[in-house]
Amino acid sequence: MNPAFVARMAWREGRASARRLLLLTASITAGVAALVAINSFTDNLRRSVQEQARSLLGADLSISSQKEFTPAVTALLDTLGQTGLARVTTFSAMAYTAAGSGARLVQVSGVTGPWPFYGDIVTDPAGAWGELSRGPHAVVDPSLLGALGAAIGDTLAIGAARFAITGTIARMPGDVGVRSALGPRVFIPGRYIAATRLLGFGARVEREAFIRLPVGEAAQPIADRYRARLRAENARIRTVAESQQNLDNALGRLGHYLGLVALIALLLGGLGVASATHVFVRQKADTIAVLRCLGATAGGVFAIYVAQAAVMGLIGSVLGAAIGIAVQHVLPSAIASALPLDVSTAPSWPAIGVGVATGVWVAVVFALLPLLSARRIPPLAALRQAYDPGGRPREPLRIPVLFLLAASVVALAAMQAGNPRTGLAFAAGIGASVGVLAITAWLLIRSVERWFPHTWPYVWRQGLANLRRPGNQTTAVVLSLGFGAFLLATLFLAQYNLLEELRITGGPSRPNLVFFDIQPEQVAPVSRAIAGAGYPVGSPVPIVPMRIRSIRGRPVAAIAADTLARARQRGRSAGGGWALRREYRSTYRDTMVASEKLVAGRWWGSGRTRGSPVPLSLEADVAADLGVRVGDAMVWDVQGVPVATRVVNLRDVDWARFEPNFFAVFATGALETAPQSFVVLTRAPDAARRGQLQREIAQRWANVTSFDIAVVQEAVERLVSRVVLAIRFMALFSLATGAVVLAGAVSTSRFQRLRESALLKTLGASRRQVLQVVLAEYLAIGLLASVAAFILAALAGWALAHFLFEIPFRLPLRQAATLIGGTAVLAVLIGTWGSVEVVRRTPLEVLRET
Amino acid sequence: MLHCESLTKTYGSGGRELTVVKNISFSLEAGGFLAIVGPSGSGKTTLLGLLAGLDRPTSGSVTLDGAVLERLSEDARARLRGEKVGFVFQSFQLIPTLTALENVQVPLELRGIAARERATELLARVGLAGREHHYPAQLSGGEQQRVALARAFSNRPRVLFADEPTGNLDARTGATVVDLMGELNRDLGTTLVLVTHDPDLAGRARRTIRLADGEIVADSAA
Ligand SMILES: Nc1ncnc2c1ncn2[C@@H]1O[C@H](COP(=O)(O)OP(=O)(O)OP(=O)(O)O)[C@@H](O)[C@H]1O
Ligand SMILES: [Mg+2]
Repeated sequence: MNPAFVARMAWREGRASARRLLLLTASITAGVAALVAINSFTDNLRRSVQEQARSLLGADLSISSQKEFTPAVTALLDTLGQTGLARVTTFSAMAYTAAGSGARLVQVSGVTGPWPFYGDIVTDPAGAWGELSRGPHAVVDPSLLGALGAAIGDTLAIGAARFAITGTIARMPGDVGVRSALGPRVFIPGRYIAATRLLGFGARVEREAFIRLPVGEAAQPIADRYRARLRAENARIRTVAESQQNLDNALGRLGHYLGLVALIALLLGGLGVASATHVFVRQKADTIAVLRCLGATAGGVFAIYVAQAAVMGLIGSVLGAAIGIAVQHVLPSAIASALPLDVSTAPSWPAIGVGVATGVWVAVVFALLPLLSARRIPPLAALRQAYDPGGRPREPLRIPVLFLLAASVVALAAMQAGNPRTGLAFAAGIGASVGVLAITAWLLIRSVERWFPHTWPYVWRQGLANLRRPGNQTTAVVLSLGFGAFLLATLFLAQYNLLEELRITGGPSRPNLVFFDIQPEQVAPVSRAIAGAGYPVGSPVPIVPMRIRSIRGRPVAAIAADTLARARQRGRSAGGGWALRREYRSTYRDTMVASEKLVAGRWWGSGRTRGSPVPLSLEADVAADLGVRVGDAMVWDVQGVPVATRVVNLRDVDWARFEPNFFAVFATGALETAPQSFVVLTRAPDAARRGQLQREIAQRWANVTSFDIAVVQEAVERLVSRVVLAIRFMALFSLATGAVVLAGAVSTSRFQRLRESALLKTLGASRRQVLQVVLAEYLAIGLLASVAAFILAALAGWALAHFLFEIPFRLPLRQAATLIGGTAVLAVLIGTWGSVEVVRRTPLEVLRET
Repeated sequence: MLHCESLTKTYGSGGRELTVVKNISFSLEAGGFLAIVGPSGSGKTTLLGLLAGLDRPTSGSVTLDGAVLERLSEDARARLRGEKVGFVFQSFQLIPTLTALENVQVPLELRGIAARERATELLARVGLAGREHHYPAQLSGGEQQRVALARAFSNRPRVLFADEPTGNLDARTGATVVDLMGELNRDLGTTLVLVTHDPDLAGRARRTIRLADGEIVADSAA
């Protein structure tokens, strides 16, 4: 059959049902919008990272260490840093103002030299950064002013030194905002660090040197040349390219995950297209039969409708891309505070192209299966309505088309996820969820049938019965609307349970104030001071910093080299290396605490004097990272002194509880004489009194730091909500798709419902009653979708809580009811909006038209 | 022109076999005008469907303008219909999404022929000049059937099949439609096969075959 005719027929057919077809294509609009928005956003983000790469580090090279730079490192800095050298020394301390109240744990950074070399630190008032080194000035995070009730110009006390607060930080390149969430930053001139008198023994200090290279000199070869040598000196070297790569990877991953959420919306739209096409073909049966009588081939008819689906898909996708670009302008401001840099909002053409192509493909591929049945409508159907379908062979193309559909979903997911395995898993996950949702919906429908409320008023029974109207799209609507609700509900449940867990651990009678870095000789006076203020004092917990020297007799360096080589062989990056080399802050005691659970081996008894090796308990996950099992020998390096241990048991630790928890716990009797500090917990009833106590202790013992658990909780909550906000934003597109699919279904069944209601009216139904029938129908659909969604979400939420977060699962019934009710109301609104005509038109008008 | 040999159609529904067309053979010369009559359920529509190649017989064969339908594939029969066959249905079966003019154009456009002028001309011929851009829903039943007639003749078919073309029309309108068909039969030499209940209409045909229970019980040519 000639293509011109196919095109012309597709156009004429489309023209007449434009409104309905547009709604059909709108099913994929939200999905394409989501996809374009997130992909365009990620593209822009990456481009911005590239453009602003140097300002992310603020220099060409950075060399950092947790210890004092060794003479070898200092010598290297002198050679490399001839063009430009700056140092930033960072440590934790308590800060308070004379005028304000309370005290706050802050990260103090002493800056020496013209850092940053690239990019600008924007302050409020402007210029404060440039003035920083002029005297005892401090530029601080705005949150600190709020926390201390201080203002610019106030005097800030840090240890023994006093600083004038000259400004707050408005914007800082390379700052992800996560670090400052846990402790506000305070920048001071480096030369005043000594005046604080806080860098005594045991203080954790990070020293970082920033280097600016002469123009034209490449940083990477230098980094590669010195990396190994610096590692031996306990220092780490970083280049702009590396920090850019890290950020790029992190952003890429973020983009991939959000993109997958967007893809869900698109696939749900595909489901809507499939369902609407199914109904559409049934409605077109007469036209198709006549065309076949007039000489159109089965393939030709098929081609007409595939062409139509493609064009409609294109319109829907272009519309979606336009919306996506618009949304993309909003997106950065929604998550701006979490972004380390300025993001441009230029439309990304590759993202638009991919989005539109994906949209068209989804529309066509989902329409194919129902369109196949267009091939099966025989010309004979024009002569008589009921033809004999039984004798016809099954459509042979069904299997290949189904395969194409499945392959497309997997391919799209793989493309969006960035790797085939995640794509496959994701596609399987969606398939399973849709399956479970479909089964749940089916069971609900069946139970309505089984226990049909025969005694209910007529309008309700009619509304329920309408769900089973031939050519209904109940399943598709329930699936698409339900899946959107399911995503949102699952997100909500995950967030709720995570935060609820935090809230409960902070419950009454639990400690809510932690003092640490207490030196051994300070333990007694500090405890007395706390008790004297009228608060309970927990028993002091010792903390001993140490590193691993060897495992089963093999030095850590050798093991690390091995794992690295093995990882390279398998083409993966090395995990475990950090667990081998990091600094451990361990404790010693003979009893277990409430947040611990033994998973292997036995706990040691107390009171006996022990020789070497010392019994050791390891946290189970870190043991797995290290490849250590019960019975293995480990030698630790405690401030230069080797301590031999044997692993006698492994523990699970509930980290969500704000208590001093440890990877390694030693038996008593070995570490008592090692250099150590102590942690003391207490509980004060309200924030003001906690602040007061923190301040008193900080004033008397400047090296003792403390934090209020409620403050940490708030920070974590803010962080969690920010992440959830981004995901929820994408998930909303799925709900939007569900709404559009519902609107499409309402519109597709318009004629049928017009005729039904005309009949009802002819039989004497009032407009009110007709409206009630419509209301009942959509209320039922909405409830069906949301109840099924919530059952599935509760399962998913439970699985997340149980397996991923390992916390108890709670179901918030009030919020659940709100969500279910909200979805039902949405369905009713859309349904009645689309049915106004049904109620309004007179029976005669309708009967003449149809 | 049209020849059928031992044509039989059996439906097997629910284990019980029902033979609705039994062993029918006849020939119709080019330019002939045949009316098939018989009581409801006697198999008229079924026979028409078989003659036009819309369905496959259980046994027997149909030759249409030299082509043996059983030997043709589904698509080949579609092409044959497009080139040589026209249809008129009881329920008009205009495509509701196309205007009158476009409906008439379809058979020619299917073959890639621009057909606007011919379609306009045909519409004028059936008395619908000026109604080209109306949709089927905006036309009366008789007008719709005349559009269907114009459509049926647009590809200058060798054979026109009509299944109770006047069944949904009042007597007078029905008569005009059949008159039109007769005219076209005379002017263009199109072979007509008409199924009807109406003895008046059947009387206008040059030959009448009467069916009962799927069998020919009378043939005016015999
Ligand atoms: N697909 C089918 N399966 C079973 N029986 C069928 C099928 N199609 C038609 N029949 C039967 O075949 C018989 C003949 O039907 P047909 O439509 O040809 O009759 P008709 O003469 O056209 O009747 P009418 O004048 O009422 O249109 C009827 O008894 C009908 O029930
Ligand atoms: Mg009939």
